[in-house]
Amino acid sequence: MTLGLFYFFAFIAIAGALGMLLNTRNTVAGALSLVATMCALGAIYVLLDAYLIGALQIMVYAGAILVLFLFVVMLLNLRQDAFVGARFAKPLFWTLAAAALAAGFLALLPGAFGPPAEIPSDFGGYRAVGAELFTDYVLAFEVTSLLLLSAMIGAVILAKRKIDG
Amino acid sequence: MELQVVFKLLFIVLVIMAAFLPLITWVERKQSAVMQDRIGANRADVLGITALGLLHPAADVVKLLTKEDVVPAGANRWIHQLAPVIALVPAIITLAVIPYGGAYQLDGWVLNLVVADIDWGMLYVFAVGSIATYGAVMAGWASNSNWGLLGSMRASAQMISYEVTMGLSLVGLFMVFDSLRLTEIAQAQDATFRIFGFLELLGMAVPGWLAWLQLPSWGVFLQPLGFILFLTCIMAENKRPPFDAPEGESELVAGYHMEYSGMRFGLFYTAEFLEVPVIGMIVTTLFLGGWSIPWLSQAEIIGGLTPALGVTFATVLCMVLHVVSFLLKVIVMIWLQMALRWTLPRFRYDQVMDLCWKMILPISIANAFVTGGVILLLERVG
Repeated sequence: MTLGLFYFFAFIAIAGALGMLLNTRNTVAGALSLVATMCALGAIYVLLDAYLIGALQIMVYAGAILVLFLFVVMLLNLRQDAFVGARFAKPLFWTLAAAALAAGFLALLPGAFGPPAEIPSDFGGYRAVGAELFTDYVLAFEVTSLLLLSAMIGAVILAKRKIDG
Repeated sequence: MELQVVFKLLFIVLVIMAAFLPLITWVERKQSAVMQDRIGANRADVLGITALGLLHPAADVVKLLTKEDVVPAGANRWIHQLAPVIALVPAIITLAVIPYGGAYQLDGWVLNLVVADIDWGMLYVFAVGSIATYGAVMAGWASNSNWGLLGSMRASAQMISYEVTMGLSLVGLFMVFDSLRLTEIAQAQDATFRIFGFLELLGMAVPGWLAWLQLPSWGVFLQPLGFILFLTCIMAENKRPPFDAPEGESELVAGYHMEYSGMRFGLFYTAEFLEVPVIGMIVTTLFLGGWSIPWLSQAEIIGGLTPALGVTFATVLCMVLHVVSFLLKVIVMIWLQMALRWTLPRFRYDQVMDLCWKMILPISIANAFVTGGVILLLERVG
């Protein structure tokens, strides 16, 4: 059952990724195929018992970031894409590079990991992740939030200068 | 086990799709008519029988199904046809995590009246809800129409904004009930608390009758501000008036679903109406005690009925009472949403955004902060 579901969602994820790469004509369709990939990845996380990451994957990537992508694409109205040519400037080079990377992963994969670790009963839930985040990693967490805050303030200042000036 | 899941699914889907959905369109027409001093829908008839206008939903479906399905010139055919489905699906699959009754011991096995009792229930609701944005976004873009595009831009901005505040407005509630699992939240509300009990904790003398006063420990009493904020946010997510700037007729003709006809328009319409009871169910579960009956906990009901009826029958009766109580609360929430929909005029688009970012966001952060402080204080004293 789980394996079947994994193959199903893995197929959607790969099909979505291919759809995004090959849809050079239509940027919006490309972004929408990426949404399908993100949703399938979220489902795969859930199959791996990482419920919080699965939900966040869908909420943050599919629900927020890609909507913003679409928002920008629609605002600019890039129907006949101007930079199609630039995207695949050296198709042969990039295909070979990707193939080499994939071959490297495949060669490393069998011996790379030890036996699967014992999973604690509260693995992947919001409680476990939250406890880690606010005890062991609280400094990194707070610094990240400061970084995001400064980025937000910067964006507001830049936008405001344009409106005022 | 699998059979149980199938039965629960059938129950919840049949109640919502077959009973609530057709009635809601009728109720909306009738309620708006009452509020505007009209008679309302009463013309559709079969052999002269109008049945108070109850035949209108059936007439609607026949009309929508027999209309021509137009795909406008220059539209992206695939996305245009996919969008109504994407709009409808999130509302349906949210039903999976909503408990419409508690857990009951029946002859050694436990009947838990929820389709999927998952630990991250509210996260699932948020994740599914965030996908709903795509229905509106895809529809407006794929129609190749300026009105549609403007409508979907507004829809996406509005829905992203209110998703943020919707999550934040619930943080206080999650702290109070210490869970994201919807069944646990509903279970925790099947109890009462003494309104002035905290005064005793602080060491004050409370007169006997005041100390006796009890309220059900529902979210709406423990988090009144959170209730108002969350209800506002989730109604804005549904894009019905007064938050229907994405389809504002006076500026955008019909907004993101302007270029849809026949049953494809019907699917958008269905999604919007289906979200009304789904919102009612979420709000009921979080804030109105879910399936619980006020001042009578599950143990009290079963304990009180057992001597007269026997334990099995008492449990079954309690279960039925709980499901009825849940559905009644949902109906009250539907009534409230419809009353709001027909009372308030449409907000201007900038007002919608101001409300979200300048009012609800700071208030809900303050709400979470104060709630955390109060919880810490109560832990310290008691």
